[in-house]
Amino acid sequence: MQADLLLENAVTRIEGPLLFARREARVGLNAAVEVLAGNGPPRLGRVAALDETSMVIEVLESTAGLALRGTRIRLHPEPLLFGVGPHLLGRVFDSVGRPLDGGPPVAARSRRRIEGLAINPAWRALPRDFIETGIATIDVMNSLVRGQKLPLFSAGGLPHDRLAAEIAQRARLRGTQGEESFAVVFAGIGVPHDTAEQFRLAMESSGALGHTAMFLNLADEPGMQRLLAPRYALTAAEYLAFEEGRHVLVILTDMTNYCEALREVSASHGEIPGRKGYPGYMYSDLASLYERAGCIRGRPGTLTQLPILTMPGDDIGHPIPDLTGYITEGQIVLDRELDRRGIYPPVRVLPSLSRLMDAGIGEGFTDPDHPALAHQLFAAYARALRVRVLASVMGEQGLPESDRRFLAFGERFERQFVHQANARTLEESLETGWAALQGLPHSELTRLSNAQIGRHLGAEGHA
Amino acid sequence: MSEARITWVGGPVLKACATGPFSIFEALAVGERRLLGEVIQLRGDELVAQVYEDTTGLEPGVTVVGLERPLSVTLGPNLLGGIFDGLLRPLSRATDFQIQPGATERSFARHRLEFAVRNGDVLSAGAVFARTVAPRPQSLLVPPWASGRVAALVEPGEHRDDETLLVLVDDTGRRHELTMQHDWPVRRSRPVRERLGVNAPMITGQRILDTLFPVARGGRAALPGGFGTGKTVLQEALAKWCDADVIVYVGCGERGNEMAEVLDEFPQLEDPRTGRPLAERTVIIANTSNMPVAAREASIYTAITVAEYFRDQGLNVALMADSTSRWAEALREVSGRLGELPGEAGYPAYLSSRLAEFYERAARVTSLAGAEGSVTIIGAISPPSGDFSEPVTLHTKRYVRCFWALDRQRAQARFYPAIHPLQSYGSDVQELADWWKRSGNPDWLVQRQRVLELLEAQAHLERMARIVGRDALPAQQQVRLLCADLVNEGFLRQSSFSKVDRFCSPARQVAMLSVLLHFADRADAAVAAGVPPARLAAMPMLRQLQRLGEEFSEDDLLRLRQLPRQIDYEFDQLQTVASHAG
Repeated sequence: MQADLLLENAVTRIEGPLLFARREARVGLNAAVEVLAGNGPPRLGRVAALDETSMVIEVLESTAGLALRGTRIRLHPEPLLFGVGPHLLGRVFDSVGRPLDGGPPVAARSRRRIEGLAINPAWRALPRDFIETGIATIDVMNSLVRGQKLPLFSAGGLPHDRLAAEIAQRARLRGTQGEESFAVVFAGIGVPHDTAEQFRLAMESSGALGHTAMFLNLADEPGMQRLLAPRYALTAAEYLAFEEGRHVLVILTDMTNYCEALREVSASHGEIPGRKGYPGYMYSDLASLYERAGCIRGRPGTLTQLPILTMPGDDIGHPIPDLTGYITEGQIVLDRELDRRGIYPPVRVLPSLSRLMDAGIGEGFTDPDHPALAHQLFAAYARALRVRVLASVMGEQGLPESDRRFLAFGERFERQFVHQANARTLEESLETGWAALQGLPHSELTRLSNAQIGRHLGAEGHA
Repeated sequence: MSEARITWVGGPVLKACATGPFSIFEALAVGERRLLGEVIQLRGDELVAQVYEDTTGLEPGVTVVGLERPLSVTLGPNLLGGIFDGLLRPLSRATDFQIQPGATERSFARHRLEFAVRNGDVLSAGAVFARTVAPRPQSLLVPPWASGRVAALVEPGEHRDDETLLVLVDDTGRRHELTMQHDWPVRRSRPVRERLGVNAPMITGQRILDTLFPVARGGRAALPGGFGTGKTVLQEALAKWCDADVIVYVGCGERGNEMAEVLDEFPQLEDPRTGRPLAERTVIIANTSNMPVAAREASIYTAITVAEYFRDQGLNVALMADSTSRWAEALREVSGRLGELPGEAGYPAYLSSRLAEFYERAARVTSLAGAEGSVTIIGAISPPSGDFSEPVTLHTKRYVRCFWALDRQRAQARFYPAIHPLQSYGSDVQELADWWKRSGNPDWLVQRQRVLELLEAQAHLERMARIVGRDALPAQQQVRLLCADLVNEGFLRQSSFSKVDRFCSPARQVAMLSVLLHFADRADAAVAAGVPPARLAAMPMLRQLQRLGEEFSEDDLLRLRQLPRQIDYEFDQLQTVASHAG
């Protein structure tokens, strides 16, 4: 290994986060650098481009206070690495993996590239272990499985943080009571201090703090580091999952802040902007984070991701949710209107989706009739919402009898199935789902077989 | 071999100063790890190249070696049943679960084979000279550039895939040593003797496709849809059940877990026509979204080259590309790094011509050696926010014959496949009517037309119903709505996860459609005879008709064909009661 090199007075130009310097020593693309000025702490950076005489360094922290003279650059022979080892859990780190809790640094067992390496698709195992979250709209209709990446599409003012914390506290395989080793990795990306603190308290109150590692990039810290916090967090998570064999749930919040930082950095590089000014490679960049979820054949651990993003302007077509939805295996969409009506969790069921659901539910996994129930609830609720629009135009009285029954179902579904004060077991959730279907004309339940209707709904009653 | 030295590097693009001749699109080995790259621009001594692997650690001064051939892949009997990266390097042989950049050590496979030729035979380019025996017979082809008289042959039996099996001497006296495999440059289409017209549909087993918007063998179809509309599930369903001989499935910038799903499921599923595992007819090319972006650009060409190779063996091949949008984005990304002038939505101006080149490689052909084969392309498109007016969808529309538009509303009601019948089209319907006629349904064209008219009327009537209420529509129109609902529920909806209904044979499609149209005829007549629409809507057999696909499997065709009689019976009852009441 080459020794670290120190360059003095090599900086020729500083523009925003970019440092242009003479290339007075050998260095490779993406190599890690530390920028030293005066007595301040070193600032991390990486080599973004190189030619024969000069190099461009992307400083991953603020460049405020750097001068052309007196700024020294320490070159590392390798890209940015994170030393991971046992005792990561129970700790709080900043966005570049330095302890924030006053404790000693983690004794590194291995030093890993924070960018990670792509998982070979041929080595992936299909995620199919159903996770019970206690939330009916997720467990019954958008089931989460281990190794999945399922984002929460939220918006400002909605209770996504509470929901994520609840999932983190409860998410277990059915039938196991914590005998398996699990871990939670929380990456706060540009989050306010109180959000991070709330999450910490929630984990503490459930006694899970000892299984949690937190990586915090707070709202008042430099934007550049928002790109690093999730990478350090995922590097730790990969170690915990695939080396230590734990079932790791990674919460990334808020991915919108991450994408804003990406846009800022791209602009400073003078790159051609794509949709809404976000760089054209945002899809690939987001994929480099989200695709780090999964299960590996022959390894006991799994890495499940629960990214949270706030949709700018509540617009699901905005590039951030749009590109995320194309990469992740579904999404859970939260809705302002439901929230206003006091329904918690305010999950908007129709645009929500879990792509890996079919692999983890049904015969041999949950309940044999679970898939049919989920489909019937979707179909009936879609119809209920269509009828609701009609009713708002012509009044409920103008509707045919069957439509009125669907209207009532819609209300019942939202108040009794979606809304829940406490966690439900899967059995309770399924039961609530069947109960909500009671009162609909059986002839319209086309997603259920006669046998299923007979088993769960009994003879047709009158609404 | 020419050499060059890197002068600039940033992301997947590098510039180098050449000391020897390089040609455009020449493949390169970069640095000690021999990263694979490709020349994309030449300016004097300077060359610009894109690198297909992670460029971390490269620096000016590093040596770049020209490989004196364009970017090529090795075609041979090792492909079927395998999973490969975008440059056709096997992924299943890797020893680490994470992909390490750089050239991997080549490993060899052995195959047992029998020769199809004898010493002294004269072979043309593209001819079959031998067949492998197990597990699945495959033809070994003379490469398109070679021909001549067989001068030497090894013994049949088991051989390594890089061994010389046969020597051809052509008219000029040049010797060609043939192995089981040969290389072919991915960006060049493999030559054929003749392109043929449309003769038969590729049966997908999906009712809405085969009956309403069929794709021809050698045809081209686009499958656009926003996220969550079911593109991938549909692509996978087609890959499983369509009646092609070979499936090339390219995951271009898509999810790793989807590839895992294919790998997990295909070996367990049985090809209904051969009884062999589906995996044996499938080649998977996986360039997931977190693998290097330049290789994503190449993966589409790799896939079509593999497809053409099987076509040249006289097979019908289906290429599933998921998704072409990611490929277009890779083009955009590399173009951006080169500082090219951006066109629409930042895509390079040559996007349209690249799409045309790709889709034109789909065809039904007579191969150089006279065999008939086809490549059918089904390309998924992922338009930003599901908006079909974006460049990739618009340009693709110009080159495809079928457009299968996925609809978010249908998907949200879990109505799958969520293909919107009024936004989709198929352009080879007239030509394919002959095939349906030959297969026993002379009325296909008429029936198809009736379904489309019914669905068109439904859209119109539902707009009216929103204003005046469904009950206020005239009786005839209420019945039309009822029948349209029935066609949607009972015919167009088809679950990929249902063992009974995931595949629907043409015979069952015809039977189902006949049942439903018969019901529509009787319903029209009944209403004309004064039966109130509410009575029709309350008919007990409706529920069975709505679940037609689930209730009648491929083995129940006889029972299914009896249904019109039951319909007649129930309508006769209804009308008798009605006339008595009247």
